[in-house]
Amino acid sequence: MAGLKTRKRQRLVVMIVAVAVLALAAFLIVFAGRQTGSFNLFLQPSEVFQQKVAVGQRFRLGGLVETGSVARKDDGLTYEFRVTDCAADLPVSYTGIMPSLFREGQGVVSEGALNADGVFVADTVLAKHDENYAAPGTLPKNEEACGHPEALTAGQDGR
Amino acid sequence: MIAELGHFATILALVLALLGATVPHVGIARGDSRLMAVADNAAIGQFLMAIIAFGALMYSYIISDFSVYAVAANSHSAKPMLYKIAGVWGNHEGSLLLWILMLTLFAAALSLKGRKLPQRFRTRVIAVQSALVVGFLLFILFTSNPFVRLDPAPFEGNGLNPLLQDPGLAFHPPMLYLGYVGLSVAFSFAVAALIEGEVTPLWARWVRPWTLVAWMFLTAGIILGSWWAYYELGWGGWWFWDPAENASFMPWLVATALLHSAIVVEKRDALKSWTILLSIVAFSFSLLGTFLVRSGVITSVHAFANDPARGVFILGFLVVVIGGALTLYAWRAPKLTPGGLFGLVSRESALVLNNILLSTFAGVVLVGTLYPLVLEATGSGQISVGAPFFDFGAIVLMSPLIVALGFGPLLAWKRGRLPRAATTLLPALVVALVVGLFTYWQTAGGVVMTAFGLLLATWLLASVAMEIAERTQLFKNPAGFLRRLRHLPRASWGMSLAHSGVAVLLFGITISEAWTEEKLVIMQRGDTAEVGDYSVRFDGVAPVTGPNYTAIQGHFYASPKSGGADIMLEPQDRLYTDPVMNTTEAAIHSMLSGDLYAVIGEAAGGGRWSVRLYFKPFVVGLWLGAAMMVLGGLLSLSDRRLRVGAPKAKKLSAEA
Amino acid sequence: MQRFAPLIIVLALAGLFFMMMTQEGRNPNEIKSVMIGKPAPAFSIPGLEADAPGLTDADLRTGEPVLVNFFASWCVPCRAEHESLMALAREHGATVIGIAYKDTPDRSLAFLDELGNPFAKTGADLDGRVAIDWGVTGVPETFLVDGSGTIVYRHWGPIVGDGLEAQVLPALEALK
Repeated sequence: MAGLKTRKRQRLVVMIVAVAVLALAAFLIVFAGRQTGSFNLFLQPSEVFQQKVAVGQRFRLGGLVETGSVARKDDGLTYEFRVTDCAADLPVSYTGIMPSLFREGQGVVSEGALNADGVFVADTVLAKHDENYAAPGTLPKNEEACGHPEALTAGQDGR
Repeated sequence: MIAELGHFATILALVLALLGATVPHVGIARGDSRLMAVADNAAIGQFLMAIIAFGALMYSYIISDFSVYAVAANSHSAKPMLYKIAGVWGNHEGSLLLWILMLTLFAAALSLKGRKLPQRFRTRVIAVQSALVVGFLLFILFTSNPFVRLDPAPFEGNGLNPLLQDPGLAFHPPMLYLGYVGLSVAFSFAVAALIEGEVTPLWARWVRPWTLVAWMFLTAGIILGSWWAYYELGWGGWWFWDPAENASFMPWLVATALLHSAIVVEKRDALKSWTILLSIVAFSFSLLGTFLVRSGVITSVHAFANDPARGVFILGFLVVVIGGALTLYAWRAPKLTPGGLFGLVSRESALVLNNILLSTFAGVVLVGTLYPLVLEATGSGQISVGAPFFDFGAIVLMSPLIVALGFGPLLAWKRGRLPRAATTLLPALVVALVVGLFTYWQTAGGVVMTAFGLLLATWLLASVAMEIAERTQLFKNPAGFLRRLRHLPRASWGMSLAHSGVAVLLFGITISEAWTEEKLVIMQRGDTAEVGDYSVRFDGVAPVTGPNYTAIQGHFYASPKSGGADIMLEPQDRLYTDPVMNTTEAAIHSMLSGDLYAVIGEAAGGGRWSVRLYFKPFVVGLWLGAAMMVLGGLLSLSDRRLRVGAPKAKKLSAEA
Repeated sequence: MQRFAPLIIVLALAGLFFMMMTQEGRNPNEIKSVMIGKPAPAFSIPGLEADAPGLTDADLRTGEPVLVNFFASWCVPCRAEHESLMALAREHGATVIGIAYKDTPDRSLAFLDELGNPFAKTGADLDGRVAIDWGVTGVPETFLVDGSGTIVYRHWGPIVGDGLEAQVLPALEALK
C-alpha cells in the first residue's frame, strides 16, 4: 500500500472517497428510492381518479371518513369505509385494529394500493392524533365542494 | 406573584446574558482581565436566574395555578403529580424555558469546570454561549412567554395530551434537550477557536468531554423516545422515520462523527478545519430540529402547536447563528494550519471513512426529511418519503461503517498494516461468516438481509473481542493477560463497550425484524391463540378507573409451550377525560428471548374482542445496546476527566 | 469556493423554510370543520342564569339563522372578538347564542356584565361535551346555523380585523 506522501495527494484521496460516497447517496436518493416504493404519492380521492392510478401501485390516501360509510365485516377485523374529499370518494378496506381515534367525519390517512375492483386496500390507517393535529393531507383540497366559504380565500394549491 | 418572579428572573437573565456576550470580548481586546471575568460571573448569574424562572413555572404547575396561561393551556388539576411536573416541558413555552435552563447550565459548568482552560479562550467560549442564551431569551420573551397571566383565570385547565402522559415521555425531552444543548458547547468552542484563529490538539482534548456528554444524553434521549413509541403507540414499532425523530437522529449522527474526528485532532493534529465544521453543523442540526417541530413547516405527530410568528423569529435566529458561524468559518478556516500526514491505511483513514459515512447518512436523512417540502414548495404535489428509503440508506451506508469499525481500532496511527489487522481479525471473520451462512441456510435462503445483519453484528462483536485479546496479548503471552486486562485504560474499555453496544443494537434490530410473529384475531373469553412459543388465553375484559381516565382492561394468560409459569398480560384501551382522547396501552412482557406484546382493540359484539398479539424476539437488544453505548461514553468520560488539564500526553493508543 | 458551500446550503434551506411558512393559506394546524352542511349535533345544557331555561338544539331550528359562539371568561381572544359579537347583535340584528365552554356560570355572567351581553340565549357547557360534539378546536369558535338546524359556516378563532366584514357577514347575508 502506497503511503500518501504529500498533502495534495492525501487531500485528493479523501476527496475521491467523499465524492464516491456522495455519489452513492445521490444514486440512493434518485434510483433506489423509486425502486423500493419509498416515495409514496399523497393523493386525495378526486386526484386518484384524475391521475388514473394503476392497480397495485402503492400510494397514501388522505381525506375524511364519509359519515355513515363505516361497516365491519363478520370476521370482526375487516373494516370497510369510504374516504372522501367532498368531490369524489373511494371505498377502502382495512383488516386490523383501527386506531382508537378513527371516527366518521374525521381526517384519516391510509397507505396501500387499489385492487382490481377499484377498492383501496389499506395496510396502515392513521387517524387524527389530537385536537391540535390534523393528519397532513386530510384537509380536502376542493373545499368548495364541502360548502366551505373559506375555500375561496385559500391558496391556489388548495391548502 | 410567583409567575411574575419567574418573568422578572427571565428578564434579568437576558440582561446578564447581554453583558456576558459583549463585555468579555471588549476585555480581551483591551487585555483587561477584570472585564474578561464578567463572562464567568454572568454565566453563573444567568444560570441562577434560569433556575428561578424555571422553578417559578414548575411551582405554578404543581399548585395548578390556572391564572398562568401556560398552566391553563397544558395542565389539569386531576393530573398525577409526575405529569404536572412533566407538563412543564410538554409544550412549546415550557420546553423552551427548559432549553434555556440547560444552555445556562452548560455555560455555568464551563465557567466552573473549565478553570484549567486559558482564561482568554475560556472567556471567548462562555461569551459565545451567552450570545446563544440571549437569542433564546429574546425568543421566549417576545413570542412565547410562559408567564403571561389570564384574567380572570379559568377554573380548570385544558389538560395534557394523554399520549404524553407516560413516564417514558416525561424524561425523554429533558434527556434529548441536554443532548441538543450540550452540542452548543462544541459550537461555542468552535466559534471561539475560529475567532482566535487557532486549533490545537489541546482544543480537541477540551472539546471532547463536552461532546461526549452531549452525545450520551442524545443517545439516551433518542432511545427513550423510541421506547415510548414502542409501548405507547401500540403498533409494535420503535422507529418511524418521522420528521421529529429524524430531527433528533441527524445531530446524533453528526455528533458521533465529531467524537471521532476530534480524536484525530487530538492525537495527530489533523482534520482541524473539518472538525470545526462538524462542531458547527452538529449544533445547527440541533437548532434545525427545534425549528422543524415548532415552526409549522412540517406537520408531525410530535409537533408543538405553533404559529408562524414564532417560526419566522426562530428562522431568523437560525440564520444569524448558523449563517454567522459558517461565514466566520469561510473567512477564518483557511488560516488554520493543515495538520499531519497519514497513510492510506491508518487509524486516521479509518476515522475519516467513519466521518464520511456518518455525515453522508446525516445528509441522506436530511434530504429524505425535507424532500416533501421542496416538492410542495415547487408545486409538484405532495409525497411522503417512507421508511424503505431511510432503511435502504442505513443499510448501504452503515454496513461499510461496521466492516471498517472492526479494523479501525487495530490500525496504527499514521501508517497501519492491513494484513496484520486482517490476521488478527481472521477468527472474527470466520465466526461471522459461519453465523451468516448458517442463518441463510436455516431460513432456506429466504431473507438475505437477516443473514447479512447477523453477519455484521457478529463480526463487530467478535472483532471487538479480538481487539481486546490482541491488546492484552491473550494468545502470545497468556500469563500476563489478566494483569494487562486490568491495566487497559478506561477510555479503551469505553470504546469497546460502546462498539459492542452497536453490535447488540444491530442484533436486536435484525432479530426482532426478522422473526417477529404477529397475530390479529377475534377472541372471546376462553379462546386461545398461538404466538411465538406461547399459547395465549383470553380471560375476558374488565373496566378499570385511573386518576384521569377510564379504561377497558383485557386479561390474557400466556403459557410457554416448553412449560413454566403463566405470564399475565393486561392491555388497556383508555379513555381520558381532559382532553377527551383514546389511547392504547399495550401490555408488554419483556424477556431476554423476546417480548410478548398484546393490544386490545374494539369490541366486535357478542363478547368478542379484536386482539393483536406479537412475539418480538430480542427487542431487549435495542435498549441494551443503547445502554451499553451510553455506559461506554461514561467510562470513557471517567478516564478523560482524570486527564483534562494534564500535560500534553504524546500518544495514547486508547480510543478510536 | 468549497468553504462557502455549507453557508450556501444553509441560506438556501432558510429561503425554502421562509417560503413555506409565509405561503398563503397554509396552516397545517387549522382543521377544516367537517360539520359544514351537517345538522347541528343534539345537545341539552342548562342556561347560565340559574332561573333561565336550558339551551337545546331545538333553539337552532326556529326558521331564522343563528350564530353559535363558544366562549369562556378565561379566554383572552374571546375578549378581543366581543366587540364584533356586540356589533352583530346590535347593528346587524343577528341572533347570537353563546355557549360558555368549561367555565363557571358566575364567571361567565361577570364577563358578560363587564363587556355587554350580545347573546339572545346562553348555555353552560361545563365539561366541554357539546364543544367536542361540534368539533370545536379551541375557544372562541363561531358557527352559523341556518333556520333548519344545519351548520353552514364555521369561523375558526376570534372574529377580529376584517373577519366580520369579509367572512361572517357575507355568510350571514347568503342565508337571507
